[in-house]
Amino acid sequence: MSSPRLQRTRQASHSLRTAPAFNVAPLRFPPAARPVVLVAPIDERLRSTREMSSISHVGSAHATLAEHRWSAGRLAIMALVVLYLATILVVPLIALAVETVRTGIPAVAEALRTPEAVFAIVQTLWLTLIAVVVNCILGVAIALVLVRQRFPGRQLLDALIDLSLAVSPVMIGLSFLLVLGRDGWFWPVLDALGIRVAFAFPGLVIATLFVTLPYTVREVANVLTEVGEDEEQVAATLGASAWRTFWKVTLPNIRRGLLLGVTLTAARSLGEFGAVLVLGGSIARKTETATTYIYGALEERQNAGAYGMALLLGVVSMLLLIAIERFKSRSSDA
Amino acid sequence: MNVSVSHVTKRFGAYQALADVSFEVESGELVALLGPSGGGKSTILRIIAGLERPEGGSIALGGEVVDDQHPRERRVGFVFQHYALFRHMTVADNVAFGLEAQKAPKSEVEGRVNELLRLVGLQGMERRFPSQLSGGQRQRVALARALAPHPKILLLDEPFAALDAKVRGDLRRWLRELHEETGVTSLFVTHDQEEAFALADRVVVVNKGRIDQVGTPLEIMDDPASEFVARFVGEANVLAGTPSEAGARVGPLDIALDHAASGNTVHVVVRAYDLKFWRDDAHGVATVRRVHPLGDRVKVEAALDGVGPLFAQFPRRSSLLHGIEPGCRIAVQITKARAYPA
Repeated sequence: MSSPRLQRTRQASHSLRTAPAFNVAPLRFPPAARPVVLVAPIDERLRSTREMSSISHVGSAHATLAEHRWSAGRLAIMALVVLYLATILVVPLIALAVETVRTGIPAVAEALRTPEAVFAIVQTLWLTLIAVVVNCILGVAIALVLVRQRFPGRQLLDALIDLSLAVSPVMIGLSFLLVLGRDGWFWPVLDALGIRVAFAFPGLVIATLFVTLPYTVREVANVLTEVGEDEEQVAATLGASAWRTFWKVTLPNIRRGLLLGVTLTAARSLGEFGAVLVLGGSIARKTETATTYIYGALEERQNAGAYGMALLLGVVSMLLLIAIERFKSRSSDA
Repeated sequence: MNVSVSHVTKRFGAYQALADVSFEVESGELVALLGPSGGGKSTILRIIAGLERPEGGSIALGGEVVDDQHPRERRVGFVFQHYALFRHMTVADNVAFGLEAQKAPKSEVEGRVNELLRLVGLQGMERRFPSQLSGGQRQRVALARALAPHPKILLLDEPFAALDAKVRGDLRRWLRELHEETGVTSLFVTHDQEEAFALADRVVVVNKGRIDQVGTPLEIMDDPASEFVARFVGEANVLAGTPSEAGARVGPLDIALDHAASGNTVHVVVRAYDLKFWRDDAHGVATVRRVHPLGDRVKVEAALDGVGPLFAQFPRRSSLLHGIEPGCRIAVQITKARAYPA
């Protein structure tokens, strides 16, 4: 009974687009240099992929191999990988932290306490909260429809869910602007109702919802597919209503996928830039978010604010990352 | 509660899963749906439970037509091949689920759960989770869960297929006892003829979405309605022959049949235990190829002159086996055979 679980781990790490799946099987990193995102999924794959027997053998026997049989070629590949990951993942973050300190903690703290910065932070938190709540509800609903229902056009819908992963957020923002902006398609209606979407809070919400759509849907859909329909059908034959079946059977089964999806959603909401910039316009104390604040501060050469905000975002994202890893390892142990 | 399946048809896209399927299960019976994989057996079960919708035909439970009823209204107990236990619930919560869904009072739920866990021999396991149970235990929890809300009928989809042979045998005996104790009308799907014959009062043979025969295990073994049934239940020789006065002629053998054969050629089906071999070096009509000991029986493979392979099984100490060894000549007598149009 262990293979479905392992499969889930694999699916989860697969759909976590931020974690490219390098199969650098025989390589292990010293614990201190293990970048959390990239290495953990590889480890899990190693342990899980039975059919890759030769590779997993190397992996499991790596202690002996590591001590006695590290050829020059293997060392070179490992050095290259470590160097590459350090360059693109670790060094920039260290640089940010160092530069923030050099700019002066008091100055940074001051910059982050300005009304503009506070507004941007609060705005981003609101957007994240809305994205999490909406995706939690609609994400589960969409996943249920996609996985449990059979209807014409289902596969097209399935493919469309991933649209926001494929296209540039800037393009998305522009497209929404053409529909919802001044003189856009729906402008007469919006104007008559007195609703401003573009360059206003609703625009930010729409942009955030669009870019976060796939995460919860995908994670929940994966789990739903893996869990199968048998338990729900049994519940029906036992006389349970659809509502009861959902709360008592389906939801507990998808809980971990939902948590993972929601965490990914939060991370994406915090970091979104292009779509909220184009559709929101980054107007200070109106449509500025944490990311667009950084951009604005850099343009105005207010390095303290930019560094401070960037570091803040970085720290929050790291915390979410740790949470994601937790959910993933727990969903594979459960 | 009797079950009546009448003229049920079902397609999956272009694939005709069921074509005009009709049969009855009497109240209190234990009936097997027997047939090869992919023949539509499970689909019949799922249609009875309401988990699948047929294109045509009708299902009645206890005389009441249930075609428009949702599975939750049909009061059918369903046991899946892979148990489908609620994985995040304890054994007791699994068994209680149906009663709670039907809003039974708490005291009644508790009593019934205890009663069922005793019935399936899982007292003391109340607080375990499915992942902490063996396959056989899980299957028994699934049964207890299905029986808890007093279903009209019990449907079991390949209930023992996922278990190893030893556990399967034990559970099989146990299920028969359980059925006698509870008296719940039960219908189970299996592709294992031994299982069907060992357990069921009556057997429904399903092949390619049709019902080939309905009958008691003896009727099906001794009087198969079609060549398919004859070949599917038990090992049998199938020999090409021509009709003759006595019955059918197959190479050097003139075989007596219980019924007249028709047509130009026929397929004569002879069960492994319906023929006799004995050593006859002078007048033998076949040559022994191999002799396999199979525990308490011995299987003898021979080549019938001008026809081809022919096999028989004998009890290990049978006098018929005297002198039988690979390469020897044997006489052949067929004691019972049936012929089907080729």
